Amino acid sequence: MAGTAIRGRLSWLLGEVVELIDETPTVRTIVFDCPGWPGHVPGQHVDVRLTAEDGYQAQRSYSIANPPDGELVALTVERLEDGEVSGYLTEELRIGDRIELRGPIGGYFVWHAYQGGPLLLVAGGSGVVPLMAMLRHRVAVGSDVPVRLLLSSRSWQQIIFRDELERLTREDGIQVIHTLTGSQPPSWQGYARRVDSEMLAEVAWPVHEAGPVFVCGPTGLVEAVATALTELGHDPARIKTERFGPTGGRP
Amino acid sequence: MDRISRGFRGRPRVDAPTGRVPPGQYATGDFPVLSAGPTPRVETADWRLSITGEIDQPLSWTWEQFRALDDEQVAVDIHCVTKWSKLDTTWVGVSLDTLLAGVETAAEFLLVHSYGGYTTNLPLADVIDGKAWVVHTYDGEPLDPEHGGPARLLVPHLYFWKSAKWVTGIELRNDEEPGFWEGYGYHIYGDPWREQRYAGD
Repeated sequence: MAGTAIRGRLSWLLGEVVELIDETPTVRTIVFDCPGWPGHVPGQHVDVRLTAEDGYQAQRSYSIANPPDGELVALTVERLEDGEVSGYLTEELRIGDRIELRGPIGGYFVWHAYQGGPLLLVAGGSGVVPLMAMLRHRVAVGSDVPVRLLLSSRSWQQIIFRDELERLTREDGIQVIHTLTGSQPPSWQGYARRVDSEMLAEVAWPVHEAGPVFVCGPTGLVEAVATALTELGHDPARIKTERFGPTGGRP
Repeated sequence: MDRISRGFRGRPRVDAPTGRVPPGQYATGDFPVLSAGPTPRVETADWRLSITGEIDQPLSWTWEQFRALDDEQVAVDIHCVTKWSKLDTTWVGVSLDTLLAGVETAAEFLLVHSYGGYTTNLPLADVIDGKAWVVHTYDGEPLDPEHGGPARLLVPHLYFWKSAKWVTGIELRNDEEPGFWEGYGYHIYGDPWREQRYAGD
């Protein structure tokens, strides 16, 4: 199968924190300037390695949130309860700190504008991060591929990238459909339940028009969405998934 | 000193016995699910396992025939390239030694095929002499579809992407054809103790 194969050895690089953006009370974007970064494709991820003074190391993988942009790498990280690495990244890291990054990794769960559409993106919580890289890429290259994003969040306050998604809807014609599974604002007219087959039947492109589908989120959501889309007649081979559990794992 | 992450201490390191968690890994109690697409739903009535390729007489088993083979109990540590390791996992399944008994082949490699189209490559030497199984039971229960049921490969000494879920075919080959993740830049062999995560590691 043809892929965006990684050529040669991936080296650990030192990324310097150049910007910190609080997205929600528990989610922070960290932008690194990473000299030597070989570039990436929307949907790829990066390994992060932290080293304590006594030499102890911890590694995790995080999706890249920004579109290809020279040597800048943006990670949007949700703080997990008891998260050894996510806690450090979201609470301790400051402008000017440097940590080790290695990537880009993964050539399957990726979308480039030339792959066309229409594109269906479905995410739960911080699963929106690699899909955001695809949306930002679409805008950056001036693509007019039709895109729908179905995003499941617990509450209005916990929608990651909420303002930017509103702007993408207003200015770039990207259709964003929210479902709020926990609490909803008083006047909420949108979906207020977990993503299910009925919702997908309403939101997904008709089967005969459908293009690539990317689903990212917790295992339960990804399983439910992939199974429901398949049962609605969508070609399983077009449905690409990425799941993360409470350990913050990746592909 | 460049590599020190200012202010990083890590959590107290008492959770894993020494010598059982490979470099760059951490022990978890969860069993995360990781796969590239929808979970194939395979009824055991339709299930087949075959051995093809460099073999005079290809072999094939129905579910009933496969389940009639000698089972082995396996207790092993598993290591996923996404950094988690899970210690003391217990499985029941059929050794590749049993499936390959009596097979004469000049092949040196396998390309393992799964329902749903997934593939992974392995040297033949890495699946014989008690190193690999096709398992149908995890932790005393039939293997969930999400974790590769009805049956998956188990090759615990390599990163877990080599332990193909939903296995249906074992192709014996003279050459090493990269499988799915191997074709996307993951390591061709994948030894966790040498931290062979990506091509060139």
